[in-house]
Amino acid sequence: MFGYILRRVLQAIPVFLGTTLLIYFMVFAMPGDPIVALFGDKGVNPAVADQLRHQYHLDQPFIVQYLIYIGGLFVGDFGTSFSGQPVANILAQTFPVTIRLAMLSLLFEMIVGIGIGLVSGLRKGKWFDNSALVMSLIFISLPIFVIAFVFQFFFAIKLGWARPTVSGAANWGELILPAIVLATVSIAYIIRLTRASVIDTADQDFVRTAYSKGLSRGRVVRVHILRNSLIPVVTFLAVDFGVLLVGATVTEGIFNVPGVGRTLYQAIIRGEGPTVVSFVTVMVLIYLVVNLLTDLLYAALDPRIRYGK
Amino acid sequence: MANKQTHFVAPENETPLMAVDSVTGDSQPSNLWLDAWRDMRRRPMFYISGALILLVIFVALFPGVFTAEPPNDKCYLSNSNAGPMWGHPLGFTRQGCDIFARIVYGTSTSLTVGILVTILTMGVGIVLGAIAGFYGKWIDAVLSRVGDIFFAIPYILAAVVVMSVFSHNRNVVVIALAIGIFAWPSTARVLRAEILRVKNSDFVMASTAIGVSRSRILWRHVLPNSIAPVIAITTMSLAGAIVAEATLSFLGVGLPSSFMSWGNDISQAQSDIRTNPMTLIWPSLALSITVLAFIMMGEVIREALDPKARASR
Repeated sequence: MFGYILRRVLQAIPVFLGTTLLIYFMVFAMPGDPIVALFGDKGVNPAVADQLRHQYHLDQPFIVQYLIYIGGLFVGDFGTSFSGQPVANILAQTFPVTIRLAMLSLLFEMIVGIGIGLVSGLRKGKWFDNSALVMSLIFISLPIFVIAFVFQFFFAIKLGWARPTVSGAANWGELILPAIVLATVSIAYIIRLTRASVIDTADQDFVRTAYSKGLSRGRVVRVHILRNSLIPVVTFLAVDFGVLLVGATVTEGIFNVPGVGRTLYQAIIRGEGPTVVSFVTVMVLIYLVVNLLTDLLYAALDPRIRYGK
Repeated sequence: MANKQTHFVAPENETPLMAVDSVTGDSQPSNLWLDAWRDMRRRPMFYISGALILLVIFVALFPGVFTAEPPNDKCYLSNSNAGPMWGHPLGFTRQGCDIFARIVYGTSTSLTVGILVTILTMGVGIVLGAIAGFYGKWIDAVLSRVGDIFFAIPYILAAVVVMSVFSHNRNVVVIALAIGIFAWPSTARVLRAEILRVKNSDFVMASTAIGVSRSRILWRHVLPNSIAPVIAITTMSLAGAIVAEATLSFLGVGLPSSFMSWGNDISQAQSDIRTNPMTLIWPSLALSITVLAFIMMGEVIREALDPKARASR
């Protein structure tokens, strides 16, 4: 197991360097002078501009700038936003909200997704299974902002069950609607994954043995079928948690959830290139770390992975 | 003990093996593509999604058949947010433009981006995946790590950055490139895995034995036998690209508002969600139905090409 962890961590290093280099290069290729942009419509004092350029290392060659940036990442310096606030500070304020939203969303995914998937798999080919499959296909094809608007319009504006947008406090209760919206697409995938896995497991010899020992159906389903079907689902959930942490941009923007995603959303809408890039970099890093942890979790759950090549 | 038999000798009057073989020799050899085609034609979902896709293609090619006037010619503010009337079945936007005409003319944008992205991801993914899987060794190691780098960046986020770089000249090709360069690794991974499986087959060894060159073995023998899983995800990735374009346009980093695009329409309508929700609903519906059609078709093709899925149905 230790060898496996070491190998995976070592493999992640070139990917980490490559992704940051790629994003950094794209920023470098961005048209326009960021220093001139800072002055807005006012004239630029060349001495001040040179001073700022030196301060932000913009007078250095590309590769030196990149190395300074990487060095900064290791001491927790993620760069500065357009308004002059350190990105690390913004993250500290917004990240807890995003984590809360992601956890709530994950909870819905587990309860609804695994529940429907299990029933579907046990009743393969019956009407419940067929309608669950069709519904999941529909939810997979609905773009997230369409789901968000339909839910916002129907549940919040028409029925008044929830507030259409979230307040600055972002209580658990207010986050329920955005969390459901975020969860819908993943629920569709979890239903299909659980269903396939349950159908596979229910055919195994040990399930027949369990029945022939005289165990009740409920116990066989809970202990023998469900438990053994959950490995791919748990891995999917772990990957999805990473996606939820970084991929809530649109949903957070629409519901005005004060999280990382909305900060990015607003920076995109206002066209603040450098802020967008520093946030995207941080999100990619989070995504990489979560993926690495998922691989390790998978190896811990399924011994075949760590002994395979 | 001189006549002790040490090995079995077949009696002379036994049925010749030829007779047994000739029984199966008459029937059609099984063919993955033919079987898949037969299987698809048995499924109602194939006809529903096929009809929808044909409709979408027809609307994209000949928008003039469906509306009398181009969408931005007659936008009168006196019609702002007006309901449906004769000749304008879906009503008007806040700018007084005909919603139906905008949707009809937006079809080709979505479809073009989808097709361009699919060609790009398939082209790059197939070439790199095939080379990585077939030649192995350091080529595989390098290509796989490069793929990991592009795969690690969620492609909406990546496309946002690319589109920010091209903030002054955005068009259909630029947005297709922005989505495509970060979407190819999944195709490459699927193909690489399949080629790793196929390249150890006997027919590959036979080709090597009769002196066929390595590259000819790859492109003429191994690739055609490993392409099925890639074909299975093609329509799915087309649907994904259409959603990605709409999402980017919705975020305001997609196509400029001079382009007719469902994402732009939805983005502009979002402030009217309380006063005139139908301006938001109609383009969303058009987008969702198109994506659903392609995903359904992808599902049918995937199940038809996978004998295991076919058997378990």
